[in-house]
Amino acid sequence: MSPEELRDLYQSVILDHSRKPRNHGEIQPPCLHAHGDNPSCGDEIDVWVKLDDQNHIADIKFTGQGCAISQASASMMTVKVKGQSTTAAAAMREDFRRVVMGDGKPQDEDALGELTLLEGVQKFPQRVKCAMLGWRALEQALEAPAAPLA
Amino acid sequence: MDWPRIRDDFPILQQEVNGHPLIYLDSAASSQKPRSVIQALTHYYERDNANVHRALHALSMRATDGFEAARRTVARFISASSENEIIFTRGTTEGVNLIANAWGNANLKPGDVILSTGMEHHSDLVPWQLAAQRTGATLKHIPVLDDGTLDIEAFEKLLTPEVKLLAIVHISNSLGTINPVREMCAKAKALGATTFVDAAQSAGHIPLRVQDIGCDFLAFSGHKICAPTGIGVLYGRMALLEAMPPWHGGGEMILTVTLDSCTYKAPPARFEAGTPDIAGAIGLAAAIDYLEAIGLENIEQHGLQLASHALEKLGSIEGLRILGPTTGPRGSLVAFHCDFAHPHDIVEWANTYGIAMRGGHHCTQPLMKRFKVPGTTRASFYLYNTTQEIDRLAEVLESARKFFS
Repeated sequence: MSPEELRDLYQSVILDHSRKPRNHGEIQPPCLHAHGDNPSCGDEIDVWVKLDDQNHIADIKFTGQGCAISQASASMMTVKVKGQSTTAAAAMREDFRRVVMGDGKPQDEDALGELTLLEGVQKFPQRVKCAMLGWRALEQALEAPAAPLA
Repeated sequence: MDWPRIRDDFPILQQEVNGHPLIYLDSAASSQKPRSVIQALTHYYERDNANVHRALHALSMRATDGFEAARRTVARFISASSENEIIFTRGTTEGVNLIANAWGNANLKPGDVILSTGMEHHSDLVPWQLAAQRTGATLKHIPVLDDGTLDIEAFEKLLTPEVKLLAIVHISNSLGTINPVREMCAKAKALGATTFVDAAQSAGHIPLRVQDIGCDFLAFSGHKICAPTGIGVLYGRMALLEAMPPWHGGGEMILTVTLDSCTYKAPPARFEAGTPDIAGAIGLAAAIDYLEAIGLENIEQHGLQLASHALEKLGSIEGLRILGPTTGPRGSLVAFHCDFAHPHDIVEWANTYGIAMRGGHHCTQPLMKRFKVPGTTRASFYLYNTTQEIDRLAEVLESARKFFS
């Protein structure tokens, strides 16, 4: 790891999202919700999603605690997927996974936009799970039954 | 004592990490090994390796001699009254599990209380949770005060005749607190309770005399005191060990076996089923010889000096809060919370500058909850560390503060 690689990991946009997370908070039920955590490091993300009648993400919010990468990645994710269809969000998730794992070229790099700034994670394999935590929670929320939160 | 020269005894420290000289500040997790320990292992495997006991050939006799000599070295190291009170284990965790099963199953029943603390490592918590589930005993915890010390008033209230076991950590791996184990064991024993001390962070750092502490059981790991991984020690007072049934069954722990039954050997063999970590025990003895040649009092003093230096240097960084006692004696580690970055970001940042630290819950999740932090960053020291390394750590943390703030 060089200081340059470290600064790539923690770019100013990423730090900005970690300091001032966007779409932070909860959505009142009825909505979809999932809790994601990385037990080995204790990071947690909760994602709340409201879908419209065409399966588009009408609103999304998250709460959580953890490292700058996990929190910034979740924040950036909420900005990107808001207004997207669940299918588009799933495709974006797969493209994002490719970017942070260095696993081939994303299918639609333009759709990822500033999410590609997290490609610095490639050099820090043990942080991939941090970058993916919010996305894992989103995936779970979208798979969850549409029943409101208890 | 020429402390910087000590570093030359540790080959692993003579390397660069990410283009910077390695600064190893993770000894509370696992210590580095001096050349003499590495050589003892090599010598054993190149000349003496064979299974211990029973066999009459030369190599087996040499291996047995080395293994049993290691037991005597450990007995002397902790001032046990006999080497037969020394059981070789895989580490502290296995030692706790051995007592929780062999002693716990035979001695705990519904209505009994296991009294522990809110600052135990998971290895001195989970085995007692399991023992409580098996036996119907209740597990209670002495609270931790804001300054990181135990609430002794609460301890005295919790110490009722129902307490059958007091299980406490000597030095907290997350706070650096040194608990008054001698006084606590004396009070518990006065009520007839059995006592266990988790010495994982105190062994090899401060002089350890079981007869002075007055505990019935004590456990520690070899790998935290310059010995290899895979070897540890459980000390037990002979009267208790003799009354205990075995935990693991197998070869080496029996006298006679028929198809239907068997008779057990006396301790320590009763608790050492199967082929032990012979090389590990010999390596542990070499580590103890190494530490004793330097002197445990000297190592204790050096450790306290490093911790005090870290308290001063790190304590002056804005937004950094140190957990645990800030005055008086303390273990040779400093754990802290930074309001400008998460522990994993701090550890990643420091790693780039060749500094090895640990971030997270340190296997003390209840304690993290108690102090309302998701985790901490921990710098832990040993005899090969220097105040210059701590100065460098402070510089790197200051640069992290500027970057992340």
